[in-house]
Amino acid sequence: MRVLVAMSGGVDSSVAAALLRDSGHDVVGATMKLWGGESDSGCCSVADVDDARRVAQQLGLDHHVFNFTADFDAHVVDPYVEAHGAGLTPNPCIECNRHLKFDRFLERALDLGFDAIATGHHARVARSADGTWSLRRGADRAKDQSYVLHMLGQAALARTLLPVGELTKAEVRVRATELGLRTAAKPDSQDVCFITSTGGRTAFLADRLSLHAASVVDSSGEVVGSVDAVELVTVGQRRGMGGGRGERRYAVAVDVAARQVTIGGESDLMTDVVEVDGWQWCGEAPPPSSAVGVQTSAHGPVPIATLASSSVRLAEPIRRVAPGQSVVLYDGDQVLGGGIAT
Amino acid sequence: MTAYLDHAATTPMRPEAVAAMLPFLTERFGNPSGVHSVARSARLALDEARDAVAAGLGCEPGEVIFTGGGTEADNLAIFGVHERRGGMIVGTAIEHHAVLHSVAALGGVVARVDANGVVDLDHLARLLRPEVSVVSVMLANNEVGTIQPLAEVAALVRRLAPDAVLHTDAVQAMPWVDVAEVAAVADLVAVSAHKFGGPKGVGALVVRGGVPLEPIIKGGGQERDRRSGTHNVAGIVAMAAAVEATVAGRRDTVERVSVLRDRLADGLLASVPDAVETAAPGGDRSGKIAGNCHLRFAGVESEALLLLLDGAGICASAGSACASGAIEPSHVLTAMGVSAADALTSVRLSLGPTTTDDDIDLALKVVSESVARLRGAR
Repeated sequence: MRVLVAMSGGVDSSVAAALLRDSGHDVVGATMKLWGGESDSGCCSVADVDDARRVAQQLGLDHHVFNFTADFDAHVVDPYVEAHGAGLTPNPCIECNRHLKFDRFLERALDLGFDAIATGHHARVARSADGTWSLRRGADRAKDQSYVLHMLGQAALARTLLPVGELTKAEVRVRATELGLRTAAKPDSQDVCFITSTGGRTAFLADRLSLHAASVVDSSGEVVGSVDAVELVTVGQRRGMGGGRGERRYAVAVDVAARQVTIGGESDLMTDVVEVDGWQWCGEAPPPSSAVGVQTSAHGPVPIATLASSSVRLAEPIRRVAPGQSVVLYDGDQVLGGGIAT
Repeated sequence: MTAYLDHAATTPMRPEAVAAMLPFLTERFGNPSGVHSVARSARLALDEARDAVAAGLGCEPGEVIFTGGGTEADNLAIFGVHERRGGMIVGTAIEHHAVLHSVAALGGVVARVDANGVVDLDHLARLLRPEVSVVSVMLANNEVGTIQPLAEVAALVRRLAPDAVLHTDAVQAMPWVDVAEVAAVADLVAVSAHKFGGPKGVGALVVRGGVPLEPIIKGGGQERDRRSGTHNVAGIVAMAAAVEATVAGRRDTVERVSVLRDRLADGLLASVPDAVETAAPGGDRSGKIAGNCHLRFAGVESEALLLLLDGAGICASAGSACASGAIEPSHVLTAMGVSAADALTSVRLSLGPTTTDDDIDLALKVVSESVARLRGAR
């Protein structure tokens, strides 16, 4: 097969390229230039592109750079800023997977005559007897990234290879070391690529949004404090929410228009229903009232719930899910699909 | 078969240039600044090379400063004069980044260009004032190949900014334009050896007598105290050989390559639906250098097209690449009023003295097939 491997310059995609090459595929590497602004890895992430190119050279693969900065701005950065402006808590990595890696990049690969793309994600693509494709958790449960890939439908799954999903992270590093890859000991990437550790989310958003002070009220409506930027408050957040009178206080609702954050105790934070918008299913939509596992953060717990048309009802109450976060449904290790909490 | 159609990026070394440099990589290894016989042997070659370069560029030998390439020559021109004279720097919006970023670093301004990639003389005139110290207008553009009206520019500069120094970046013009004649109106002229059959990493700046210039590289005082650093003797000697060969064959090369370029451009305009040729108003290519064929294929991303072309043996380019190697939307096309989206559909096929009929045949076939394939993929 002709495979275009998305090489980020990290160890996982380096090993993905090596594994595919070693299993006899015709492999080419490509690095997406996504963010044109400042980042922790330097302007245009030149250091990461260098790593990807040097690994490709070492593996004897051609390597290209695709400039997708305009698409990244339009589909990831701008919506991220807008979502915060609306008081939501977006997950830009998921939008990047949805719009860039498994749409723009995949489309580019198919245009160029490749049969499939590959990435270094820790998850697995499997084909069942009836020919349908499924997305499963990676072999390394602690590093599993199936949550951020839940939007992959049949068309994308049929064209996607995730070779390191069969390995643990430790095995990936061993393989990279055996191959002498320069990325073998490179630390895992952390957090959002376009937000620097020096300025953080606050500085990034302050440059692009007007941030507004807001009052903090309790459940009776009494003002008990204030925050500098209502756009930066996430449902479930404790920091800056007061408390100290015995019970812990959490943000339970954020209303940007009213410039108001409502706080409450742990019991106010609990809910047994999560409203969800825009389900996307990996295969057939599961039947109504299915029992599903619900994961609401990248590595969070997976409580059991019952599926409804635009919500899930939990068997046991869970903490509220911040609107904007992805809600991903599982049947055991298999991803069914997901949507955005409202 | 590979058809190399990226001569504007770099062109193969001329055999004369390779032959000329080899002795200076081996037995004639001396440092020309020394006092002994080995040094004198290198000094002789350096002096002769300076004479040859001066003859080719239409200046006195003492007016040639050897540099580490075109970018350094442009930087030396702009920073070197500004360091002595201060004042305002004026460029054009389509200069190479070597000029554009130097102008920007000194807080300068740029003149607009028209839709055909030619400097807007009215706008330039409005920017020219007595306090302007350097005006930098390229002789031929690297992306779209347009030749700039340097004589008109010079007349405006002398009238409106009489104290200003006129610099021209002749890096792309050298293979095609009689630089000695056309750039005679300029005070400073930059060239780069690897664009006309010399090696990479060597270039020259012509500095006509009386132009004040502060060195930007300080050190041992070579090049009459205007550019320090031990001479790249092999590179300079090879550049001189390339200058001589280029000038001697230029008229014939232009004649022969124009025919090839026209066949390529006309063929692609005929075979590819919705193909647009840049900077050729009404099909007139007389305002462009002979080696430039710049086309836009609506709806076809050049980044994808270049990969397909590469896979089929055609080496071409689009815009300029940033440090990561990603293709950036061209500032030249943007300045000409081309939308950012259309700018990303452009391809530059640049021909050189070694381009053959077979190269053109292959390009005609592969480019039109590749565009059709990318359009059909949707």
